[in-house]
Amino acid sequence: MRTVRVIPCLDVDAGRVVKGVQFENLRDAGDPVELASLYADQGADEVVFLDITASSEGRDTMVEVVRETAEQVFIPLTVGGGVRSVDDARALLRAGAEKVGVNSAAVADPALIRRMAEEFGSQCVVVSLDARRVGPQGSGRYEVYTHGGRNPSGIDAVSWARICERLGAGEILLTSMDADGGQAGFDLGLTRLVADACRIPVVASGGVGRLQDLVDGALQGGADAVLAASIFHYGRHTVAEAKAYMAERGVLVRPVE
Amino acid sequence: MIAVLDYGIGNLRSAEKALQRAGGDARLTSDPEEAAAAEGVVLPGVGAFGRCLGALRASGLDRAALAAVESGKPFMGICVGMQMLYESSEEDPEARGLAVLPGRVVRLPEGEKHPQMQWNQVHAVRDDSRLLQGCGPAPWFYFVHSYAPEISEAVVATCDYGGPVTAAVETGNVWATQFHPEKSGPAGLRLLGNFVVACAA
Repeated sequence: MRTVRVIPCLDVDAGRVVKGVQFENLRDAGDPVELASLYADQGADEVVFLDITASSEGRDTMVEVVRETAEQVFIPLTVGGGVRSVDDARALLRAGAEKVGVNSAAVADPALIRRMAEEFGSQCVVVSLDARRVGPQGSGRYEVYTHGGRNPSGIDAVSWARICERLGAGEILLTSMDADGGQAGFDLGLTRLVADACRIPVVASGGVGRLQDLVDGALQGGADAVLAASIFHYGRHTVAEAKAYMAERGVLVRPVE
Repeated sequence: MIAVLDYGIGNLRSAEKALQRAGGDARLTSDPEEAAAAEGVVLPGVGAFGRCLGALRASGLDRAALAAVESGKPFMGICVGMQMLYESSEEDPEARGLAVLPGRVVRLPEGEKHPQMQWNQVHAVRDDSRLLQGCGPAPWFYFVHSYAPEISEAVVATCDYGGPVTAAVETGNVWATQFHPEKSGPAGLRLLGNFVVACAA
C-alpha cells in the first residue's frame, strides 16, 4: 500500500520563515516552530525546513530551531540547505531532525552521500535535486542546478537521481526550477521521469498553486510525496483541506485525526 | 524514570521528547547503572542492523538491554531497536542479533519501493495488545525501513506493504514497533502513553 505524503516546506532564514519566489524576493511569514506545529495539527505527514541562511552563525540558529521544533512536533522533520559535511548532518540529527537534505555539497562531492548513508543510514539521507529543463518544453532533458538554483552543473537530472540512489540516498526531493514559484503546477514530465528512474521515494516540489496540482503530482507524476509552500503559508488552504481533496480524487493519504 | 539507551546512533532526542510528552520521565542515558535503576527501558535505533549492533556492543549497553529484558521491567524496541532483538538480519548476515526473540529480519517484498518511507495503517492481529490499547482498530504510524522481522507468534500488528509486514510485537514485558511512534503524531503519543503507564505500574 502506497500512501502519498503531504509536506509543507518552510524556507528559513536566520531562524525566521520566508518564502522565496523563484528563490529570490523573500517575504517574512513567521516562526518556524509555531508553523511546523500548526501544520502537524492540520495533518501534515512531515515538515521540511529549508535553511537559506548565508552566514555560518545563521546555521547554528537552524540547529536551535530544530531542537525547539523537536520538543513540540512529533512528525518527521527534514532539514536541508547548507549541509556540507557528515558533521553538519550529525548536528541536525542530534537536535531532532529525522532526515537531512544535501544538494550542492553532494554534487561537488558525491561520496558525501555514501559517507552520510554509512554513518546514519540511508533513511536519513535526502538528496535535494534542483532541475531545470534543457531545450524546449517536452524535450525530456533536465539539468541539475546547485546553489539555490543559480549554478548549472552540466549533469543530467535523471542520471544524477540514479547515482544518488546507488550511493545510498534514501529519498530524492525533486524541485523543478522552471515551475518553482510559478504556481502553475509541478513539472509532471520531470516528476514522472525521476519517479520511474528511482526505486527510492521521490518528493515532488515546485509550482503548486491549486489543490489539483497535488493530485496531479501523485497520480500523473508518480510522486511518493508532494511538497508545497505558499498554498499553505498564506492560509489559502489547510493541509486537512488538501488531503480531503486528494482523497476524494483517488489519492491514498493518511486521514487527518 | 524511563531510560532511553543512547549509544550514539542517529536521532534519539525525538524518542526522549515524545515519551516526555506522553507523560513519562524519560532520559537519554549511556550509563548501564542508570538503565538498571529505571522503571522501563527503551532501545531506539536507526540505520543499518550491523552498525547499530556494533555501536550498541561498543557502548556496553547491549548488556543493559538484555538485563532489562530479563528483569521483567517494561522494555520497548523501536525500528532497528526492534530488529536487533532478533537473531539475525538479511541486511548484515554476519552480524549477531541480541536473540531476545526467535527468528530473523528479512528484506521487504520486492516490487515495492525501498525504503518504505511513509505513514501506513496498522492492523491488529491480536485483540489483547497492551501496546496498541486505545489506538483504534487501524491506526496510522510512520515507517522508515527496508527490512522487517519475519511474521512470528509475537506479532500483534502488521501493515500491508506488498503483503503483510511485521509492524509491532509484544511478548511478556518486551514490546517493539517497526514504525516510529515518536514520529507518528497523536497515535504515536497514545502508544507511548501505554508504555509510560506500564512503566508506572
